[in-house]
Amino acid sequence: MSSSVLTEEAIPASTVQHGAPGTRGSAGTRAVRYALLVAFVLLVLLPLYVLLVTSFKPSADISADTAWSLPHRLSVEGWGHAWQTLSPPLLRSLILAVSVAVISSVLGAMNGFVFARWTFPGAQVVFTLFLFGMFIPYQAVMIPLQAMFLQMQDTAPFVDGIVKLIIAHCIYGIPICSLIFRNYYATAVPREILEAAKVDGAGMLRVLRSVVLPISAPAFVVAMIWQFTSAWNDFLFALFLTTRNNGPVTYALNELAGGQNPDYSSIMAGVLIASLPTLLVYILLGRYFIGGLMSGSVK
Amino acid sequence: MRKAKTWLPGFLLVLPSMILVGLFVYWLIAKNVFTSLQRSTNFVTDKVVNPGGYHNYTQLLGSGDYQHALMNLLVLTVVFMVGTMVMGLLWAVLLEKGVGAEGVFRSVYLFPMAVSFIAAGVVWRWLLSPAQGDGAIGLNQLFIKLHLDGLQSSWWSSPSRFSMAAMAIPAIWQLSGYVMALFLAGFRGISEDQREAARIDGASEWKIYRHVLFPQLSPIALSALIILGHMSMKMFDLIYVIAGPNSYKAAVPTTMMWTQLFAQSNPQAAAVNATILLIIVAVVVVPYLVTTSRSERSR
Repeated sequence: MSSSVLTEEAIPASTVQHGAPGTRGSAGTRAVRYALLVAFVLLVLLPLYVLLVTSFKPSADISADTAWSLPHRLSVEGWGHAWQTLSPPLLRSLILAVSVAVISSVLGAMNGFVFARWTFPGAQVVFTLFLFGMFIPYQAVMIPLQAMFLQMQDTAPFVDGIVKLIIAHCIYGIPICSLIFRNYYATAVPREILEAAKVDGAGMLRVLRSVVLPISAPAFVVAMIWQFTSAWNDFLFALFLTTRNNGPVTYALNELAGGQNPDYSSIMAGVLIASLPTLLVYILLGRYFIGGLMSGSVK
Repeated sequence: MRKAKTWLPGFLLVLPSMILVGLFVYWLIAKNVFTSLQRSTNFVTDKVVNPGGYHNYTQLLGSGDYQHALMNLLVLTVVFMVGTMVMGLLWAVLLEKGVGAEGVFRSVYLFPMAVSFIAAGVVWRWLLSPAQGDGAIGLNQLFIKLHLDGLQSSWWSSPSRFSMAAMAIPAIWQLSGYVMALFLAGFRGISEDQREAARIDGASEWKIYRHVLFPQLSPIALSALIILGHMSMKMFDLIYVIAGPNSYKAAVPTTMMWTQLFAQSNPQAAAVNATILLIIVAVVVVPYLVTTSRSERSR
């Protein structure tokens, strides 16, 4: 995908001229189209309905027969319990996701600029090797990674829990962030400006600071959202590298949901609480979120 | 070759990332491969658990459990990829000419992407719960309420060899919006003149899609297939939450690796499993990365 998705609306509007004959179909096909679209909306929102309805039921009112009905009495008991269980890991997830978003995007900006505009011999090969790191199943590094972190912990005891996850996500996020910034700079920074700056005797850092950085905001937003979301939503690293006492919210949510006698109102409230931050990011900054999705497809 | 003085700063800027990726991706992969080739014995009974060398690989590949997991992965991958592509393309076709409230439809279809597999898995475990009849909850209960009792299913835990198809449903729910976004951007990138020309030649709307629009979307379709394919190979969180990590019925290589490592304390077998997974993913991804990289250099 080209980087224009970062600066413009991620998905451009239709160019079909409204009202042009034959372009938007007859009233009949339009009605069918809307009916289908609405039906799919209902299907997609089905799990959300279950979450909301169940989370506001008092646990005593939960029974198989009324599973799909609206609550008779509203109760926030489930929300209270879920909040109590999840708030410490929520805070840890927040620290994790924010740190990862900031560090990864700085690394990504440095790499992306070089790969797009200040290449060195072999840069294309290095870039391709980076990209492969984006696709690997992390299972293939997990066993030695665990061992490596245990070793680190011997000399630096603070490398535990969330710190491990910050390190892991920052490093395994290097490929995608480098890609986002490289694609952005490849169109947003004209070569001519760079050449002019070089002729004026400006060094790389100077160019980076005074020419490139000031126009980098869109790519930063996309990369930060991407990394925030993937660090927040990650479970695999959390499961292998953290424990119930120092893990992020995905870990805690799985524990909350995993009991023998499931308390569905707290479980469903917990799902909503744990998803709220990424959903908010998506709702508020949706088009940048889509921009990140697009750049994930390499070209 | 340009003078080193020009490119050296760029190289130095990427160097930290090169070291980190080299260490955490490539060096750890090598260590994992090394572990996978080790011989091991049970430390109580002294019986050989892993004979060492490539025999570790033939042992895992020959085991019924692993073949069962591979079969499950195949079913999951095929259903997931076909389902997601069909759904995503359908949504894109419904939206591409521009409908009122397009933004709302798009946002709804895409929102599952912002939710973690863990959160989604918790809801879908409830939706796909196998109980039928009186004690039914989830979708089965909904079918009863809608007088569609015949549609009830034990989903992923049904006795069928293809029961993993049910596990693809939540994954399709999460990722169809992503494919829609890719195709929608693709449709919007095709100039309106081409449709106009085809229309003047008397082509039907279907012929325009078939012969004018779809062929131009094939690079996007390829990217989407590769992204979805590698996601499916790596799928772990959803299955972990919905079926549990030790479920034989829903086992795939990633969950089996977890069982090997923690339930069976057999890191060598887990490393073999992870290495095979890496090879499968690499076979799909490497040709794609290399051709992308080549085509970029030739531009």
